Amino acid sequence: MSSKPLVSIVSAGLSKFGRHEEHVGRELFAQATKEAFDRCPRLDPIKDIEALFIGHMGESYEHQGHTGPTLADWTGLLPKPAIRIESACASSGSALRTGIMAILSGLHKVVIVGGVENMTHRTTAEVTEFLAMASDMAFEQFNGITFPGLYALMATAHMNKYGTTEEQMAKVAVKNHYNGSLNPKAHLQKEITLKKALESKLVAWPLKMYDCSLITDGASCLILTAPEIAKNFTDTPVHVIGSGLASDTIGLYQRETLTSLKAARVASQEAYKMANINPKDVDVAEVHDCFTIAELLAYEDLGFCSPGKGGNLIDEGITELGGNLPVNTSGGLKAKGHPVGATGTAQAYEIYLQLTGQAQKRQVNDAEIGLSHNVGGSGATASVHLYRRD
Amino acid sequence: MSAERPFTISSFYKFVTEKKLMAVQCDDCQNLLLPPKPMCTKCFSINLKWIELENTGTLLSYTVIHVAPEEFQSMVPYIVGIVEFENGLHLPGIIRDLPVEQIKIGMKLKIDFDPSTSNVWPEWNRYFFRPV
Repeated sequence: MSSKPLVSIVSAGLSKFGRHEEHVGRELFAQATKEAFDRCPRLDPIKDIEALFIGHMGESYEHQGHTGPTLADWTGLLPKPAIRIESACASSGSALRTGIMAILSGLHKVVIVGGVENMTHRTTAEVTEFLAMASDMAFEQFNGITFPGLYALMATAHMNKYGTTEEQMAKVAVKNHYNGSLNPKAHLQKEITLKKALESKLVAWPLKMYDCSLITDGASCLILTAPEIAKNFTDTPVHVIGSGLASDTIGLYQRETLTSLKAARVASQEAYKMANINPKDVDVAEVHDCFTIAELLAYEDLGFCSPGKGGNLIDEGITELGGNLPVNTSGGLKAKGHPVGATGTAQAYEIYLQLTGQAQKRQVNDAEIGLSHNVGGSGATASVHLYRRD
Repeated sequence: MSAERPFTISSFYKFVTEKKLMAVQCDDCQNLLLPPKPMCTKCFSINLKWIELENTGTLLSYTVIHVAPEEFQSMVPYIVGIVEFENGLHLPGIIRDLPVEQIKIGMKLKIDFDPSTSNVWPEWNRYFFRPV
């Protein structure tokens, strides 16, 4: 591969995802950093780490803002600069991008990027309302359109234009629950049947309960370095070789199309160009399956298939664990869980495990190139990153 | 008109009170803005004017909300859709007076206005869609 590393991941950590009644977010983030520090014994956190960039969606969940210094304190990293990055559910994908920029600028040589959200102590109604803040207040929220509702509008349009079926969407859920059953850190570690998915309670037709991701508590982090010093810290770095970030209208209704996320297409094109690779080079991907339709849209927006053919990819088993292009080996947002601010770097964590051969029962054989795709709101932000093993 | 009606979302909803669907047009490049914006986002001009749109449009997509935010829970299940008006301008909204089994992407809907206001901030008048 001719691609040049932008930065290198020398370690990564993830708290257990799930319902953590006795923890607040900062404690979960400390669990994630502890794992990252333990995995990298040659790193001296106090001496080596120069800054923290933290994805965190909202203070509403915990009534806690000013997340950057709070997490620097709980991880023993005061007085290093620590900044919160907010792009709704793409917050830590954006934090990763920010960390890359900090290293490429030459300002820092080693940084932590990560994310956290602590959500399950709130009622579903409260979380629904907090998540809706990432949509257009004046026209979407004002008309009672929920987040599942926005993705349902995309699903209905996709079904109408391309003939995508509720069964194809349900198959995404079945696949990701199976993968989650192999991940000891997933929120839900149980398989489901197609029948169970299809017969689950309606949330926003055509989306049912099993088409929706989980409300979860969790934290994730990566330790990034300049590539030339990566080997000081580990013999097995994973290189970030492409980074794409793009924006779109806050309101879904204002988009050119309802069947594709332009921000994801633009971000992926930027990342592929930077890495000098094509979609067919990708061996394993973690995509933003906040709803099952979102995974099918991701297949198309990332160039894994042509527009409208996402359903075929799932029908043919290509994205299953044993398929040609396994997607969401972690269980995805669907089964691993979706603590919104933590999701982007949690996706990168799974790719890090896959490319360093640490994914245990869900290991993809000989994975060399990985991709992560993190979406904020109904597509107003998208971040795409490409990774290569050393 | 711009003196009394600045090019704001709040003005859009004041027009809703008057049962008018209004968008903003740039006098310099003719670009149309819905929602209204204080500056043309194509040519950056502030030479803007209000224009009234036809009240009928085409349904682009819809869903039936079963799990709703607190303010809307008494209406469950309710239909919301995105309607395309002339010149490719879109608005989302609640669709009333239409049985779910009769709904179809591509059907004509018209915007209608409800004298009731939102009972929480922002206290704007409501619009909705109904069959033609």
